Amino acid sequence: MTSLLHEPHAKERRLIFANISKPGYKPDIETYLAHGGYAEAKKAFTMKPEEIVQEVKASNLRGRGGAAFPTGAKWGFIRHDDGKPHYLCVNGDESEPGTFKDRFILHQDPHQLIEGIIITCFALNIRLAYIYVRCEFTYAKEILERALKEASERGFLGKNIFGSGFDLEVYVHEGAGAYICGEETSLLESLEGKRPYPRIKPPYFPAVLGLYMSPTIVNNVETICHVKHILRLGAAEYAAMGTSGDGGTRTFCVSGDVVRPGFYELPVGAVTMGELIFDLCGGLRPGRTLKAIIPGGSSSKILRAGEVYKIKSKAADGSMIEKEVKLLDLVLDAASVAAAGSMVGSAAVIVMDDSRNMVWALNNLNQFYAHESCGQCTPCREGTLWMSKLSTRMLSGKGEASDPTMLHTIADNIAGRTICAFGEAASWPTQSFIDKFPEEFEAML
Amino acid sequence: MNDLKNTENRQPTTDNCVLTQEASGICSQSSVLPAVLLQKIEEAITHYPVSKRSAALPLLHLWQNHFGFIDESGVEWIAAKLELNPIAILEIVTFYPWFRQNAPGKTIIRVCRTLSCAMAGAYELHDAFCKATGIDPEHPHEQGMPTSPDGKFSVEFVECLASCGSAPVCLVNKDLLECVAPAEVAAIVEERR
Repeated sequence: MTSLLHEPHAKERRLIFANISKPGYKPDIETYLAHGGYAEAKKAFTMKPEEIVQEVKASNLRGRGGAAFPTGAKWGFIRHDDGKPHYLCVNGDESEPGTFKDRFILHQDPHQLIEGIIITCFALNIRLAYIYVRCEFTYAKEILERALKEASERGFLGKNIFGSGFDLEVYVHEGAGAYICGEETSLLESLEGKRPYPRIKPPYFPAVLGLYMSPTIVNNVETICHVKHILRLGAAEYAAMGTSGDGGTRTFCVSGDVVRPGFYELPVGAVTMGELIFDLCGGLRPGRTLKAIIPGGSSSKILRAGEVYKIKSKAADGSMIEKEVKLLDLVLDAASVAAAGSMVGSAAVIVMDDSRNMVWALNNLNQFYAHESCGQCTPCREGTLWMSKLSTRMLSGKGEASDPTMLHTIADNIAGRTICAFGEAASWPTQSFIDKFPEEFEAML
Repeated sequence: MNDLKNTENRQPTTDNCVLTQEASGICSQSSVLPAVLLQKIEEAITHYPVSKRSAALPLLHLWQNHFGFIDESGVEWIAAKLELNPIAILEIVTFYPWFRQNAPGKTIIRVCRTLSCAMAGAYELHDAFCKATGIDPEHPHEQGMPTSPDGKFSVEFVECLASCGSAPVCLVNKDLLECVAPAEVAAIVEERR
């Protein structure tokens, strides 16, 4: 793989990518053990399961897949002694355009994930776990299965783990090229061998009714890896790295028009957008200026260069003050990016310079959503295709004066009218591109 | 249908074959199931102790990896194996972009089409692969995988391959190629011709 990990910047703090970045680091168990691997899994078995859940709650870990749901709260829905089987499904379907962190974890440090799985399963009384990986990661299943076998041979998986009497089986389940399977209830349907249509809510959480109608935790690959570091550092130290309510580190995946695209594992809220793009990623290519940033995966609303946001924060005396914050001064935590009208999502930052045509970029995304709509809900199935056709028409120079408005209206009629969040994900790019760059859409007519 | 001519490179040797459907002869995939595939199928089913139906995707992957695509007999065989109606398998085959019902070229080239790769030249890369292999880049998606007249190559656009930091990327069979320049295309194709 092309190296996307650069010399660590002073502001970086690598937990998840600490070992992956070392020269000669291999995905086998000997390498992992030599780097202190499985120490936290062993430690977990000396703790009470509820203590581990408490630690994760106190760590303020939020899901790293995109929705940023507090992991401890999700885990808290599982009742240890409800007499039902519990399941863990690790979401490694990484498909949100712009995101590529899980690919590296799965391929280069599978044991880190397995250790996280062991701790999670012990904490939640789970005896059967699946790692759902997309099949386009053509070697991931092989690599993971080899790692699972190595862990089993050492007694870290299977029957009577670490002599504790606790049994755990973990299997790898491959997807088949559908973005929708990253939606957690779609993932469960896929795992059940059905057409992966997202489930109707409520129940809102698979932790209530999940795989095989039993309580199930679905967590992203990176999220599960963080669990081990929470036990290693302790919840207090882990939480202190981040902002209030959003602990630890996040891996930003930066792609597009920057000099050094790649991963940057940063304490939550440690850098601003400007620092990420200009200090860590080396800025834009020579002679180019910044035009726009998609801050959290292709579904997040686009931010335009030069924008100023009004963001409320707490002053020293506890009163709320409103500050004007420029795009490049925007702190990269969930609350700040949300206050700027977008979301930190999967922390996949796509940077666009002044050479980019926004209608062209939107059309590319519209084609993605039209292709990936599962077709279950009419507004999304029909609407994404209409949006794609309209932006294609505008791009070809055959657009009509009413097209930008019509495009926006279609998006408005998808968002909020579908079973899953794909409807919003497909609408937000169109809504935000037209709102933020109206002159480019008018210029195409 | 079920013509296996185009998959001669993938067709299993019949030495270890178990003939499960005597009447259907050599033209259906399920009539030439080698023991090693059957063994992998049995193993995969054990991964789903709660519900056999969950093995649908893994069985389809095993089937397609072996035969190159999934024919009608494959759908029926897998359905019977998992005690399902054939439609329960067919609706999965037709849903997921990864599964095919027709023979692809010997080398499958999947070019990532989505934003970061597109910005880095994915459209030009796709064009270059089509040109080098003699495939019509305008081939309608609905008509199956675009395949070169000699049956050696299939080239298609796929959505985000989750390698946006090293764009543009493509999958050549199982291998991910990163930061691919159109100038490298001729060599990539010739190596596999």
